Amino acid sequence: MLGIAILVFREVLEAALVVSVVFAATRGVPGRERWIGAGVAAGVLGAVAIALSAGVIADAAAGMGQELFNAVVLFAAVVMIGWHAIWMATHGRQLALQLQALGSEVSVGHRPLMALLLVVALAVLREGSEVVLFLFAQVAGGSGWVDIAGGIALGVAGGCATGLALYLGLLRIPIRHFFTATNWLLLLLAAGMASQGARFLVQADLLPSLGPKLWDTSTLLSDRSLLGQTLHALIGYDARPAGIQVLFYVVTGALIIIGMRVWGKPRRRTTHGAHGAPQAR
Amino acid sequence: MPSIRIPTLILACGFVLGAWPAAAEDTDVQLVIREHKFVPAEITVPARKKIKLIIENQDATAEEFESDQLNREKVVPPKGKITLFVGPLEPGRYPFFGEFHKETAKGVLIAK
Repeated sequence: MLGIAILVFREVLEAALVVSVVFAATRGVPGRERWIGAGVAAGVLGAVAIALSAGVIADAAAGMGQELFNAVVLFAAVVMIGWHAIWMATHGRQLALQLQALGSEVSVGHRPLMALLLVVALAVLREGSEVVLFLFAQVAGGSGWVDIAGGIALGVAGGCATGLALYLGLLRIPIRHFFTATNWLLLLLAAGMASQGARFLVQADLLPSLGPKLWDTSTLLSDRSLLGQTLHALIGYDARPAGIQVLFYVVTGALIIIGMRVWGKPRRRTTHGAHGAPQAR
Repeated sequence: MPSIRIPTLILACGFVLGAWPAAAEDTDVQLVIREHKFVPAEITVPARKKIKLIIENQDATAEEFESDQLNREKVVPPKGKITLFVGPLEPGRYPFFGEFHKETAKGVLIAK
């Protein structure tokens, strides 16, 4: 049971961390629970569909279907997150002021939520499809139903608890700085996903690696440790990145920063409204 | 629109890098997964060359080829065959394993 729980936990953790950041970034947006819930549900359905068609995907594109699929999913998420981060740079300050003044939800429209629904769905889909494939293998391998059900329950609970802990931690950031912080988190999340996408394309030999291993910090912080994996999901930590991964990381981050500067309003800290305003949910 | 600029630039990067000179010809290496084990479990490959790893899964269950040292992971579908590229590698040992059957599915790539 423990082996199953650990694998499920690893995958759920990565998706849960993404959902937490998105949930924090949409603080104060009405109806976000429904949107994000829909994203998770769509992701789970998608994960089962992907797992069922694993053979077809693997054989597609001359055996490189998996890499292409993963890279496309990751880059799609990068674009959506980037768009949202830039959008927030324009609206975040306003949102924070309103949250401070009213301590209640504010209306910002549904446009950015659609993008984030996709980000959540894609994260759940990517991690979830591996869980489903693994569970198929467990069932076929003769694992007992109690072990499987218990493993899933433990793994999902552990992953979700870690995600919740991150979310609650983020809520402690003062509201004046809150959206600046979540915006930076979104930026790092997108940069990390771009780096992972690049790795898949190197694995498929569709991109040059520009140095297969630019550095190795695995003795310092292993990819497989809990912290390593958390940082991998959140900011794209990779103990042995290829050169091109670093390039994609930096370029993606830079593009989003430029986008925020160009389209964002001047980000001066104004302090209208009381500091101790009631906290929004 | 920001949503247009980002993918455009990513694409542009792709085109520039696509024109990068390719490395010398690849070396093919074959691996089989049978009864949740890698056969052969130890395989020697030339160092400093790009390796094309071909893995055939003869089992009726999926496996995930994974290696921290090689920084690679890829699902191998039941009765399926996958290809992935690694390296060029510095001489050394590069362990790999099957994430779905960690107890038995273990192997090592030795670059010489």
